[in-house]
Amino acid sequence: MKKTKQKKNTTEKRTHPCIPASDRITKKEALSMLRTADILDLGLTADNMRKRLHPEGIVSFVVDRNINYTNVCINKCTFCAFWRDEDDRDAYILDRDALFAKIEETLDLGGTQILIQGGLHPRLGIDYYIDLLRAIKERFEIDIHGFSPPEICYIADSADLTIRETLHILREAGLDSVPGGGAEILSDRVREILSPRKIKSSRWLKVMETAHLLGMRTTATMMFGSIERPEDIITHLDAIRELQDKTGGFTAFIPWSFQSGNTELIQNSKFKIQNSATAVEYLKVLALSRIYLDNIDNIQASWVTQGLKLAQVSLRFGANDFGSTMIEENVVASTGVSFRTSKHEIINTIRAAGFIPAQRDTYYNILRRWQP
Amino acid sequence: MLEKIRGKVLSGKRLTEADALDLFESDDIFLLASLASHIAEKKNGRKAYFVRNRHINPTNICVNRCRFCAFSRSKGQEGAYEMTIAEIVKKLRTEKAKLKVPYSELHIVGGLHPDWPFTYYLELVSTIKKNFPKLHIKAFTAVEIDYFSKISGLSLEETLTSLKRCGLGSMPGGGAEIFAPEIRNRLCLEKISGDRWLEVMAAAHKAGLRTNATMLYGHIESYEDRIDHLMKLRKLQDKTGGFQAFIPLAYHPKNTEIKGSYTSGIDDLRTISISRLYLDNFQHIKAYWVMLGEKISQLALKFGADDIDGTIIEEKITHSAGALTGEQLTAEQLSGLIKKAGRIPVERDSFYRKVRRAE
Repeated sequence: MKKTKQKKNTTEKRTHPCIPASDRITKKEALSMLRTADILDLGLTADNMRKRLHPEGIVSFVVDRNINYTNVCINKCTFCAFWRDEDDRDAYILDRDALFAKIEETLDLGGTQILIQGGLHPRLGIDYYIDLLRAIKERFEIDIHGFSPPEICYIADSADLTIRETLHILREAGLDSVPGGGAEILSDRVREILSPRKIKSSRWLKVMETAHLLGMRTTATMMFGSIERPEDIITHLDAIRELQDKTGGFTAFIPWSFQSGNTELIQNSKFKIQNSATAVEYLKVLALSRIYLDNIDNIQASWVTQGLKLAQVSLRFGANDFGSTMIEENVVASTGVSFRTSKHEIINTIRAAGFIPAQRDTYYNILRRWQP
Repeated sequence: MLEKIRGKVLSGKRLTEADALDLFESDDIFLLASLASHIAEKKNGRKAYFVRNRHINPTNICVNRCRFCAFSRSKGQEGAYEMTIAEIVKKLRTEKAKLKVPYSELHIVGGLHPDWPFTYYLELVSTIKKNFPKLHIKAFTAVEIDYFSKISGLSLEETLTSLKRCGLGSMPGGGAEIFAPEIRNRLCLEKISGDRWLEVMAAAHKAGLRTNATMLYGHIESYEDRIDHLMKLRKLQDKTGGFQAFIPLAYHPKNTEIKGSYTSGIDDLRTISISRLYLDNFQHIKAYWVMLGEKISQLALKFGADDIDGTIIEEKITHSAGALTGEQLTAEQLSGLIKKAGRIPVERDSFYRKVRRAE
């Protein structure tokens, strides 16, 4: 059996104890806020809510590294600049030595987690993943936050297993938690246009629900700022809130905006997209996420897509977590957006916004805090 | 305490230096933003401005050695450059041929060159004006004007009127840095004093030249130093009324002698708001996107700014110190940022008049 981790918030709960259920905003209210509310009003409401949920004034971050085991992917989503065909010159599968070296480096830098994600590679079966997880766990004491729902489904389908069986097997092999990627926008209308080969909304939610029921924690994400309408964003937030009511398994919600560089979505004029979401749009969605998702404790700022300055400002627009130090990041970087930072810089940025910087683990347990 | 300030702002009373300090020390950024937006709207309605402009830096060779500057070089040093007037005109001409819509303003600032005579600058302005009569020339910081007067032996007034006669249209607000002598001496010992900077500006206003004003913040200064700076600007503006826009400039740490870190986004926004509230006699507060980044500049429009500068085309000074931005934005991008912030984009000329074009 896998040894049980010290986990925070494992009890199922319908809403956060700080918020009476009657204060919950409805889909209709959220839609009108997104459409017409002033960014400062939304920000203030979200900021007050963040203060209620995290009165101690801590802003946390995790020290980790993104490891992408392959860039070969059969999904070829229009908004992605990372995927390659199997016979492309720069297609790769990471070899073990390189992988271990990356993990060692992460541990040396005080890291507690690796985020392992990759493309849907037609030649990698479940055995590859089992061996990978085992090999890591045999050698290192590190949390493995890995394989977003599209990967879980692809592994399950190619092994002819159920999602539950697959998650169970991966967990036994060493998978600790599941990242919330691949959610994009949980509206099949949008998915049909942006990523027709990727799993539909219901399957994404199914993977998360199953993981939660197995006792695994996961995060949830949303990529906005492409072709979606305000209604789609609300549909997405509502699906997450509803599932969280059922399972309580989401540790955090992470909204980020579509980064257009080198993607088909921006290059093909039929999609009619001109620019990535601006700062005002990002903060609006972030603040609304904080307000709407009253049952999710943590909202992450995305410095990787927004830069340190805006990520810092977002700490006053609902975010209470700075995500990860990302010693390595390849997916966003392939769109030409390459904000880089260090633990030191993250600590200073949090401090300069008036908060107490703290390093956390995957489960949002605080490991170490710095002077404000 | 903030209630009192809120009352003052809403009833149109002037803030004191103590009020400004309370605002800097408060973490209520939403109150700041709403008060500053209130004033910005009172002054400029829902409009926010941008300009089609181009920067030219004729040389980076400079006799001063400011410690926050990563642009300047000594003569003969690697990376030192100087442009002839013919080169500048050629550059502008080639560009003009390519641009669908020409820029309306040229922003020229450069190092204090040890050998160039004052006539170089007079000729630079008049040659450009001769070749591009419609182009507005906004050029030379107070520091350069003071230097011209020294090398030419002319009075400030004579220096300014000669330049004006040759076609100088207005002046930028650079070189102000921080006036407080103790900080200024540590930052840029060779540069003219804060008092002299103000004196040059007063002379420019008297000569009929409109100018901007800046403040370089986020290095080694305190909030009190910032307020002292704003106070001196407000005082001079009361006398002359010659300042158009105030532009707080966020310090950039790369390749400079004082190092340190980038300013924080929250400090940038707070500084914009407090400038808007305290400088009640300035019509415009500019969020200069090259230094703040386009994201924070856009947000600044919700914190009291009404201008995000322009297309720039080529930017050397901030980029030498590790600017995190590109060198140019198109007019469409600028107006898009403004619109998405809920404001009405207005393309302005150098005097904040709406630019009208025959479609």
